[in-house]
Amino acid sequence: MGKTNPRTEGMPATSEECRTHPHERVPVFQARGLTRVYRVGDIEIQALRGIDLDLYSGEFVVLLGPSGSGKSTLLNILGGLDAPTSGFVRFRDHDLVAADEAALTEFRRDHVGFVFQFYNLIPSLTARENVALITDITPNAMRPEDAIRVVGLADRMNHFPAQLSGGEQQRVAIARAIAKRPDVLLCDEPTGALDVTTGVTVLEAIESVNRELGTTTAVITHNAVIAGIADRVISLSDGRIVREEHNAIRKPPRELVW
Amino acid sequence: MTALHRKLLRDLWHLRGPATAISLVMACGVATFVMSLCTLETLWRAQSEYYDRYRFADVFVRVKRAPESLAARLAEIPGVAQVETRIVEQVNLDVSGYPEPATGRLVSIPDYRPPRLNQLHLRRGRRPEPEREGEVLVSEGFADAHRLQPGDKVRAILNGRRQDLMIVGIALSPEFIYQIREGDLIPDDKRYGVFWMPRTALEAVFDMDGAFNDAVLSLTPDAVPGEVLRRTDDLTEPYGGIGAFDRSEQASHKFVTNEMSELRGMALVVPTIFLLVSAFLLQVVVSRLIGTQREQIATLKAFGYRRSEVGVHYLEMIMVMAVLGVILGTVAGAWLGASVAAMYARFFRFPEFQFHLSPRVLLAAAGLSLTVAGLATLGAVRRAMALPPAEAMRPEPPAAYGTSWIDSQRVFRDASPVVRMIVRQIARRPFRSAMTCFGISLAVAVLILGSFMVDALDDVIDLEFTVAQRQDMMLTFFEPTVGRGVANVRHLTGVLSIEPFRALPVRLRAQNHSRRLALLGLPSDARLYRIVDRDRRAIPVPRHGVVISANLAKALELSAGDWLTVEVLEGKRPVVHLQIESLVADFQGESAYADLAVVNRLMQEGNVVSGVFLTADAAHLNALYRQLKETPQIASVSLKGAALTSIRQTIAANILRMRAFNVGFACVIAFGVVYNSARIALAERGRDLATLRVIGFRRGEVSGILLGELALFTLAAIPFGLLLGYGMADLVIHMAYDTELFRIPLVVNRWTYAFAATTTILAAACSGLIVARRVGQLDLIAVLKTRE
Ligand SMILES: Nc1ncnc2c1ncn2[C@@H]1O[C@H](COP(=O)(O)OP(=O)(O)OP(=O)(O)O)[C@@H](O)[C@H]1O
Ligand SMILES: [Mg+2]
Repeated sequence: MGKTNPRTEGMPATSEECRTHPHERVPVFQARGLTRVYRVGDIEIQALRGIDLDLYSGEFVVLLGPSGSGKSTLLNILGGLDAPTSGFVRFRDHDLVAADEAALTEFRRDHVGFVFQFYNLIPSLTARENVALITDITPNAMRPEDAIRVVGLADRMNHFPAQLSGGEQQRVAIARAIAKRPDVLLCDEPTGALDVTTGVTVLEAIESVNRELGTTTAVITHNAVIAGIADRVISLSDGRIVREEHNAIRKPPRELVW
Repeated sequence: MTALHRKLLRDLWHLRGPATAISLVMACGVATFVMSLCTLETLWRAQSEYYDRYRFADVFVRVKRAPESLAARLAEIPGVAQVETRIVEQVNLDVSGYPEPATGRLVSIPDYRPPRLNQLHLRRGRRPEPEREGEVLVSEGFADAHRLQPGDKVRAILNGRRQDLMIVGIALSPEFIYQIREGDLIPDDKRYGVFWMPRTALEAVFDMDGAFNDAVLSLTPDAVPGEVLRRTDDLTEPYGGIGAFDRSEQASHKFVTNEMSELRGMALVVPTIFLLVSAFLLQVVVSRLIGTQREQIATLKAFGYRRSEVGVHYLEMIMVMAVLGVILGTVAGAWLGASVAAMYARFFRFPEFQFHLSPRVLLAAAGLSLTVAGLATLGAVRRAMALPPAEAMRPEPPAAYGTSWIDSQRVFRDASPVVRMIVRQIARRPFRSAMTCFGISLAVAVLILGSFMVDALDDVIDLEFTVAQRQDMMLTFFEPTVGRGVANVRHLTGVLSIEPFRALPVRLRAQNHSRRLALLGLPSDARLYRIVDRDRRAIPVPRHGVVISANLAKALELSAGDWLTVEVLEGKRPVVHLQIESLVADFQGESAYADLAVVNRLMQEGNVVSGVFLTADAAHLNALYRQLKETPQIASVSLKGAALTSIRQTIAANILRMRAFNVGFACVIAFGVVYNSARIALAERGRDLATLRVIGFRRGEVSGILLGELALFTLAAIPFGLLLGYGMADLVIHMAYDTELFRIPLVVNRWTYAFAATTTILAAACSGLIVARRVGQLDLIAVLKTRE
């Protein structure tokens, strides 16, 4: 474990600076040949079988795919929660594969906001405190109250997770993720457990953060309809990218029907 | 306050039950530690300050009668700093309104100056004036016991003449911090007192003009004590010296020191047990907590909380419990310590005895507890720190139940589903199940540990006072007395039977070891006072040689059949070789016996005795006491019944109080362990239990599953706990009570076992029921709504 400067600045920079790409914009994430193998007893599970992917600054990407196709695994690797078995990932000029745990922690602390499928709020903290938990450790964070206002829960600020509905909890989770003004927002099935209207509210919150703050955003979903709100839709199947589509115009979430 | 600290407080509030239990167990450990070590330090300080300020002597010398000129020669011995000669006599007392005889020890003090050594602390009144007849100072213990005030009188028989002792003041001396009559097991302030009288007055009464019979010496820092003792003996031998001794053989000093070593032993064993139990509870609770908070930890980490921040978070939680325990324990320890100190103040007379809460001890207690808490939870906290966030985000896999050998057992196949659930749960976590059992066993063990002293002492008392000593009283004569004196006693009203004895001051030698003690000569057919070993076997009076304590033989490196040298320190001071005919494994460990006829033959003084044991007719006791008080030859009367009562009272006052403390402590342990196990079982299986409730099980049935497991643990723990308690009692005896003064037997009677088992079961049942109430409060909907 690295003992020296754990901040991201200390991460090894990759040798090839900013490769050329068809797109004029600079990729925020660059992944090449990512594989991830889980070993459970004697069985090997190939979750990712070679993923090449670039994500661009300010882009809104939707990851589609059937259950078990490796979406969460990919997102976790991009977010520095997990490491690939082989291949490399770069965030700007930081090599995430070579980074040790401490450096990954600093990467997440400085750059990443997560929204998890199961909200993962701390049950013993109120909505506002759950957000404050993150703003406490981030220098240029929003005020927790403001972040909660963004997701439209100002009046539920002092409620505990157990006193909130699933959709409300998910909105708190989004407030928590955006409160630190992250460079990337990674959302794993943020609407998975929600009905249409709540789902739309949640997506609107995410979309507005992407639009207004220019946060690079990746959203996992099972629901192909949601793909309409993205700049780009990437489909996974059995650990591989099987399709990539660009939307000329992003649909506003309110217009989604499912 | 940061959000993480809010989480800390809310988590702690949620865990308040288990956390309190942990803090309480830890507090018990800290309390016993603080209590024993602070009391020890208080005693030690009080003793050394007292010794310093009042110049307690280093060497003690007894002679028959020596000219005052010997003092100068003693002072010339290299290493001797100061010498004070005295007259010390034992007398019979007659306190008005108190029928039983009492013994007084008269000690001379210089007429017009304070003594050079063993100075007095005057509590009340004034110093006696040599011109006024019979003025004395009395020791505080005796004064308190008889409510004597300056101005009161006590009648005494001084050298055959009755005289009133006029009390003019009440005093203390470093020589009598513990005021015990020679040969007694326990002090008895009603029947033994010390009186200080001006030297010339005592000289006159006891015909000791220009002579002394007792001297105390202090040593220079560079003195070689053994050498001083030897030279002193050489000088005093012609004057009937019975051997000089140092502080280690001075009765009061010996008892105080002994008490300190017991406290030291107590400070080691008992807190260790509590700290171990609290470490175990902490370990279980914190592991469980970290297990349930896997996802929360993963979330913190996903958002960039560092390993160290996660570690500190849980460490803070642990430290809150530990610090709470330390604070509670310190307060309780200070309180207990003050109460123990008050108890000591009744036995040990110091000018000042203020319980002192030593910062050093408090620091050590705090440091020790926090370290133990940290070590106990190190593994769990490190697991939290190392938790890989991506993996932890996935729900914990369902508990892995497999089929095991037990499933193939016939009994098990026929058992009800509830029994199967219980058995599988236990089998799934064998280590934790074993630890829970062990924790409960410790409660049982602590109860035994806290109670066995009473059993042990009862055993000693029974052995000493009913099996070995069957007399009603023991009389000693001023001078070794020939048959006529004995005959006089036999003819006193109320005397049923008598048995003479001779106690001879001797020094036993074997190679380079030596011991000073009293060799007791008993008639060959002794019935009233018998030589009895710990197993209550009577050992016959040796025909030609001696019987000595097994402990003494060990110290002299001798065994049965060996010969030893006996130097008599009285009369013509013969030196003889005697064979050890057998050893007696007794409690006091420093006894030597011979046949009275053998003793008299070697003394060549004819048929002489130093006292008699006698049995008396209970109906004529008061008449007998009156006659005894008027018999001038009698130096002291010890009543067995009185001794027994005073021992019993002491036990009731002190040991039973300690026992009450220990019962409290043990209940805390039993309660803490069972309560925590139940809470954890409830937390781990809340969902299963709620599911059962939802599908129609009754509350009682569901509680049965929870409590059945605990009941099983408790029952399994008890036999082991009983054994463990016995083992610990053995350990404590070896660490704290195997002193030269006393060898306490390891006796635990059935009632103690039953008491320990019952108390534990009750404590366990209480805590189980408290948790079972929570089964009724299970939020069925909430439990089923959350995802697993
Ligand atoms: N920690 C793990 N241990 C073992 N296997 C794992 C682990 N995490 C994921 N897998 C396996 O890897 C594969 C991909 O999992 P992943 O969670 O990425 O799928 P997903 O696309 O997110 O599916 P879903 O839509 O159901 O969430 C699956 O087969 C899963 O069982
Ligand atoms: Mg997934």
